[in-house]
Amino acid sequence: MKIIVCIKQVPAKDAPLAIAGSWIKESDIGFEMNEPDSFALEEALRLKEKHGGEVIALSMGPERVKQTIKEALAKGADRGIHIADDKFFELDPLAAGKSLAAAVKNENADLILTGLQSDDQGFGQTGVLMAAELDRPHATIIMAIEATGGKLKLKRELEAGWFQWVECPLPAVLSIQSGINKVRYATLKGIMAAKKKEIATVTRESLGVISEPTQRVEKIYVPSKTKKTEFLTGTPKEMAAKLVEKLKFEARVI
Amino acid sequence: MKILVVAEHRQGKWNNASFETLAAAQQIAGATNGSVSTAVLGKGIVTFADELAAKAVAEVLSVEHDLLADYTPDGYCIALKQLIESAKPDLVLFPHTYQVRDFAPKLAASLGKGMIGDCVGYRSENGKLVFVRQMFQGKTVADVSFLGAGPWFASFQAGAFRADLVQAHASGKAPINSASVQLDAAQIRTKPLELFKEAKSAVDLTQAPLIVAIGRGIKAPENIPQAEAVAKAMGAEIAASRPICDEGWLPMERQIGSSGQTVAPKLYLALGISGAIQHVVGMKGARTIVAINKDQNAPIFEIADYGVVGDIFEIMPALTEELQKAK
Ligand SMILES: Cc1cc2nc3c(=O)[nH]c(=O)nc-3n(C[C@H](O)[C@H](O)[C@H](O)COP(=O)(O)OP(=O)(O)OC[C@H]3O[C@@H](n4cnc5c(N)ncnc54)[C@H](O)[C@@H]3O)c2cc1C
Ligand SMILES: Nc1ncnc2c1ncn2[C@@H]1O[C@H](COP(=O)(O)O)[C@@H](O)[C@H]1O
Repeated sequence: MKIIVCIKQVPAKDAPLAIAGSWIKESDIGFEMNEPDSFALEEALRLKEKHGGEVIALSMGPERVKQTIKEALAKGADRGIHIADDKFFELDPLAAGKSLAAAVKNENADLILTGLQSDDQGFGQTGVLMAAELDRPHATIIMAIEATGGKLKLKRELEAGWFQWVECPLPAVLSIQSGINKVRYATLKGIMAAKKKEIATVTRESLGVISEPTQRVEKIYVPSKTKKTEFLTGTPKEMAAKLVEKLKFEARVI
Repeated sequence: MKILVVAEHRQGKWNNASFETLAAAQQIAGATNGSVSTAVLGKGIVTFADELAAKAVAEVLSVEHDLLADYTPDGYCIALKQLIESAKPDLVLFPHTYQVRDFAPKLAASLGKGMIGDCVGYRSENGKLVFVRQMFQGKTVADVSFLGAGPWFASFQAGAFRADLVQAHASGKAPINSASVQLDAAQIRTKPLELFKEAKSAVDLTQAPLIVAIGRGIKAPENIPQAEAVAKAMGAEIAASRPICDEGWLPMERQIGSSGQTVAPKLYLALGISGAIQHVVGMKGARTIVAINKDQNAPIFEIADYGVVGDIFEIMPALTEELQKAK
C-alpha cells in the first residue's frame, strides 16, 4: 500500500505568540509536528507494517518544515516531499488543499492521510479538499482502519458518543482522529537511517496551481474576555487559601 | 443577502446546533437586510420540514430522496450542489458539526467556492460581512472576509449562538417547497454501515455538582493522584480534556468537550487545561469556573471567574490541604 501522510509544522505548544499583521512573528519561536498529524503518521506506519508498501511524508511550508519531515523519516516514513512556500499562511484552505493535492497527483497513492486539524490555522478542511481535487472518496474523523480486499472498513467518530462503520473503496483520502493509536518515538537507529532518506523539494509555484483566493484574513488579534476574571495572587499556599475562601463564601459552591 | 441554512438531523433527531445557526442567519439577515431560507435533506423528513416552517424563514426547501436516507458525503455534495444552483443563495450557513466538516468544504469546492469554517461570530461593518474564527487553538482570533462572488460558505461553532433566540414565523407557517435532485446510486462511493455507541459509561458527569478537570499540564499519569486528592478533598468528580483520555490516562467517559460530555456543574476547576474551544463548549455552562494554568495568556482564563497563574504542582498540594482545613 502506498500511503501519503500530510504533516504540517506548527508553532510549539508553549511558544509565546506575537501577532504580526495577519500572521505571527516566526523568528523567536520553536516549531513542531502538528500533533494530530503524528497520529496519521503512526497509522500509516502501522498499515505499512501490516500490508507492506511505502509511506511518504508530505509537508508544505518554509525551509524549517524539513525538520518535521526528517522526524517523520526517523519514525519510519520512507521518503519526504517538501512543497517550499514561505508564504503558505497567505493561502486560503482551497489553495492549500489544491497545492498539496497537485504535489502528489502523480504518485497515484492508494491512501492519503491527514490529521484532524492543524493547531495553527485550524481550517479542518484540508483533507476533504484534497479528496475533492483528486476526485477520490474520503472519510473523516477516523478511529479505526481495516483494509481488506482492496476496500477499507472505517470507524468514524460521530458526536455525542456515537460511532459509525463506513465502507470506502481505494484509493481514498482519510482524516485521522487524534487518539486513534499510541504514537511511537523515533529510535536512534531510525534517526541514523533517516539521514540516508530522500526529501524531494518542489516550489509551490512550480506546481502550477491556479486558485482565486476565496477569503482573506483581515487581521488576527487576542480575543477579548467574556468574563471578568478575578486573579488570585501570592505564594501557592496563599493562593490556595484565598481560592478556598472565595469558593466557600463568595461563590458558595463548596 | 439571501441566506440558506442547511439543517442537520440523525436517527430522527435534530442536531440542535442547526437552530443556533438558524439564529445566526436571522441575525445576519437583520443586519444586512437579507432573507433566510432553510434546507433539510433525507428520506421521510416531513416532520422536520414542518418544524422548520414554524420559524421565521422565507421558505423551507425539503429534499427527499431514497439515496439521502443515510448521510454520505457524495450524496450530500451532489444533492446540495443542485439545490444551491437552483436556489441561488448568496451565503450558505451550516452548524460546524462533524457531518458538516465531512462534506461542506468539498461542496463549496465543487462550486469553485471557499468556506470559512468553525466561526464563533460575525460582524457587519459598513455593509461588509466579517466572520470571526479562532486560530492557534484559541490563543488568537481572526477576522476573515470573503473574496469574489458568492455563494459563500461558512459554518458556526456549536454554542456560538443561542438556539432559543430563533424567531418564530409571524403568520405561523413558512411555505415548504420540495426540491427534487438527480442522484444515482453509482455516484455514492462510500457505504454507511451500522451506527453504534461504545459501552455505556458508569459515571454520569452531567449530574456532578463539582468537577475537577485535568489537562495536559498534568504531564504524566503518575501525577494524577495529586489531582484526585484535590477532587476528594472537595467531594468532586474527576474529569479531563481529550488528550488525557486519548493517552488512556483516564477513561473516555471522563472526557469533557465537543467529542465528550457536556456538563454544567456548580464548580468546574480546570487544572492545566488550555481552553481550546472543543473543550470549552463542554463546560462553559458551569456556574463558577476556576482555572489554574502557568500561562497567563491561556484562553481558559477568558471564561474563568477565578484565575490562578501558577504551577499546578505547587498549587494542588496546597489546595488539598486548605480544602481539608476548611471542612
Ligand atoms: C473535532 C475536534 C474535537 C475535539 N474534541 C475535544 C473534546 O471533546 N474535549 C477536549 O478537551 N478537547 C477536544 N479536542 C482537542 C482540543 O482542540 C485541544 O487540543 C485539547 O482540548 C487540549 O487539551 P489540553 O488543554 O489538556 O492541552 P494543551 O492545549 O496542551 O494545554 C495544556 C495547558 O496546561 C498548561 N500547563 C502546562 N504545565 C503546567 C503546569 N505545571 N501548571 C499549570 N499549567 C500548566 C499549559 O500552559 C497549557 O495551557 C477536539 C479537537 C477537535 C479538532
Ligand atoms: N501545509 C501543510 N503541509 C502538510 N499538511 C498539511 C498542511 N496544511 C494542512 N495539512 C494537513 O491537513 C490537516 C488539516 O489541516 P487544516 O485543514 O488546516 O485543519 C492537517 O492535520 C495536515 O495533515
